[in-house]
Amino acid sequence: MDFALTEEQQAIFDMARRFGAEEIAPHARDWERDGTIPRDLWGKAADLGFGGLYVSEEAGGTGLSRLDATLVFEALSMACPSVAAFLSIHNMCAAMLDRHGSEDLKSRILLPACRMETVLSYCLTEPGAGSDAAALKTRATRTNDGYRVTGTKAFISGAGYSDAYVAMVRTGDDGPRGISSVVIEDGAKGLSFGGLEDKMGWRSQPTRQVQFDDCAVPAANLVGEEGRGFTYAMEGLDGGRLNISACSLGAAQSALDATLAYMAERRAFGKPIAAFQALQFRLADMEIALQSARLFLRQAAWMVDRKHPDATRHAAMAKALVTEAGSRVADQCLQLHGGYGYLADYGIEKIVRDLRVHQILEGTNEIMRLITARGLLAP
Amino acid sequence: MKVLVPVKRVIDYNVKVRVKGDGSGVDLANVKMSMNPFDEIACEAAIRMKESGAVEEVIAVSIGVKQAQETLRTALAMGCDRAILIVATDDVHTDIEPLAVAKLLKAVVDAEEPGLVICGKQAIDNDMNATGQMLSALLGWSQATFASKIDIDGDHATVKREVDGGMQSIKVKMPAVISVDLRLNEPRYASLPNIMKAKKKPLDEKTPEDYGVDVSPRLEVVKTAEPPERDAGIIVKSVDELLDKLKNEAGVI
Ligand SMILES: Cc1cc2nc3c(=O)[nH]c(=O)nc-3n(C[C@H](O)[C@H](O)[C@H](O)COP(=O)(O)OP(=O)(O)OC[C@H]3O[C@@H](n4cnc5c(N)ncnc54)[C@H](O)[C@@H]3O)c2cc1C
Ligand SMILES: Cc1cc2nc3c(=O)[nH]c(=O)nc-3n(C[C@H](O)[C@H](O)[C@H](O)COP(=O)(O)OP(=O)(O)OC[C@H]3O[C@@H](n4cnc5c(N)ncnc54)[C@H](O)[C@@H]3O)c2cc1C
Repeated sequence: MDFALTEEQQAIFDMARRFGAEEIAPHARDWERDGTIPRDLWGKAADLGFGGLYVSEEAGGTGLSRLDATLVFEALSMACPSVAAFLSIHNMCAAMLDRHGSEDLKSRILLPACRMETVLSYCLTEPGAGSDAAALKTRATRTNDGYRVTGTKAFISGAGYSDAYVAMVRTGDDGPRGISSVVIEDGAKGLSFGGLEDKMGWRSQPTRQVQFDDCAVPAANLVGEEGRGFTYAMEGLDGGRLNISACSLGAAQSALDATLAYMAERRAFGKPIAAFQALQFRLADMEIALQSARLFLRQAAWMVDRKHPDATRHAAMAKALVTEAGSRVADQCLQLHGGYGYLADYGIEKIVRDLRVHQILEGTNEIMRLITARGLLAP
Repeated sequence: MKVLVPVKRVIDYNVKVRVKGDGSGVDLANVKMSMNPFDEIACEAAIRMKESGAVEEVIAVSIGVKQAQETLRTALAMGCDRAILIVATDDVHTDIEPLAVAKLLKAVVDAEEPGLVICGKQAIDNDMNATGQMLSALLGWSQATFASKIDIDGDHATVKREVDGGMQSIKVKMPAVISVDLRLNEPRYASLPNIMKAKKKPLDEKTPEDYGVDVSPRLEVVKTAEPPERDAGIIVKSVDELLDKLKNEAGVI
């Protein structure tokens, strides 16, 4: 058993870290204030291969493993978890198209997405179907040349900003087998967006409802087979959960790094606060939490890469463990900064706000426990 | 034309440097190491020359411990074509001195026959600022140090250099050794595909014996110490007091 990163993996992490530190971190607060991420960042990211991280090389991607991708997200989220997570959703969609899309979809939609000339959004959740995603109601009715889609998607990251939406829609009966996945391009007739959601965190990326009103979708935009959309969507989520965990991990690590530096300088009662043993023990607990989270996450990623039969369960367990550890650590880092942790200038409160949603999306952590328990109790 | 770029593995510029307990040097055990930032700029300059068609091949060379292989992979991932690693010590705390490095580089130049050597003006660990100059003397080539701009035109190069008084422009005959300064360019990030490709590029491993060079040290480090702690500032009551302190305590006016 070898737990070390390879030389390349280290190089991947270092490069992503540096890219984040130089191209993202200095602007993260401005982008949060503006509520948008400038498009030119994506061009730079794509030049480095971030647009299709685990898309096959034939389809224009970088062909990394899931484990390698978690290194990228861990490193980027040290600069800004909101920006890193946005990139994760784009990559999740890209991977779905790579695995299940037709050659036509690959050349028309996936290739420009890998170059990040276009950005992709993932549309599963509906106002009445969140955790119980298979209960989704958005209806796609067959026509001579494709589908007409009617329904509403809720909480869509990048809605109104992205260039194409990978949407899970109902083409058949109730239940997961009646769901298909289609690509709906920006500008399609009948596609519109709700107002901007006012969120606690992830404020640099827009979240809106996506509305389909008798929206015409060409047959060529069906991803894979009819009735398989839910399976594709769930497969995508295994990887998405790894990424979102990595985003919690990297951001929490950066909060801890900042806290260590702060505690060495901040003085109270005649000494640096790092000298108080009560606080040293808290630092130790945070280090233990992050190191173990990192190991568990990388193991889960390794299982997803190997298509291990327990991969889904491990990705779910990792998501629950790592996102909760990340939020706890970030909250403690805020505490150790005293009043300054509560101020935006110190960067810690943003991390606390950004990480909170990681326990909710890509499947809530209750659903992660449901998946875990189901695996345990299955005969 | 081939270009040779020497790259050094040094303590990462973000790491807080700690002196070893016995004062024999800086503690490098389990510390993050990276390519010397000036050498990244040298790599970038050479790679851009290759991209512009002026250069056929860029060869990166590193001299030091075996782990300098990682530094060479970084150079290859940036776009250098192949690499030569000269393993001159197995102790991460042993620094190969500029003269020994220059002699080894001369031997590599003799073997590879590049038309140009581009190196960093200094390594950020020991700040010697000597290797490029020594190499040009050993080779009998022209030297242009602290380059902020390089234009190669046939048998000569025009180099803008940063000097105390401002910018100086010099014209040197090729072949030359050019050492680069901070403002020459902004080194690129190695893209993910290029990081993957770097593994497949050739990396030759050599020893000083292969080149008949003796790398044993000629300098002795007497003592390494932390810089003195900065005292807390004071608030002066009047301009007179300030002038007095500047004159009599600081001795700066
Ligand atoms: C900022 C943000 C961005 C998002 N981006 C996207 C996106 O890009 N695309 C997308 O499709 N979705 C997105 N989502 C939606 C997200 O995936 C859902 O919010 C999430 O799946 C939870 O669904 P819900 O909000 O309807 O909560 P509900 O399903 O209503 O859950 C409410 C509570 O009940 C619990 N619960 C529900 N069922 C059970 C059960 N069986 N057992 C135990 N507890 C249960 C939940 O864990 C939760 O605590 C985003 C959400 C947010 C906040
Ligand atoms: C929004 C806001 C409003 C405020 N309003 C007011 C106000 O109206 N009036 C006012 O006077 N103040 C106000 N404060 C200041 C607040 O009371 C202080 O921030 C608080 O007392 C902590 O002090 P500090 O920020 O200097 O943290 P520090 O004292 O520097 O503490 C940093 C960390 O070290 C820990 N620590 C320090 N000493 C020890 C020790 N001996 N053992 C263990 N742990 C230790 C602390 O618990 C904390 O986690 C406000 C602060 C905020 C954020």
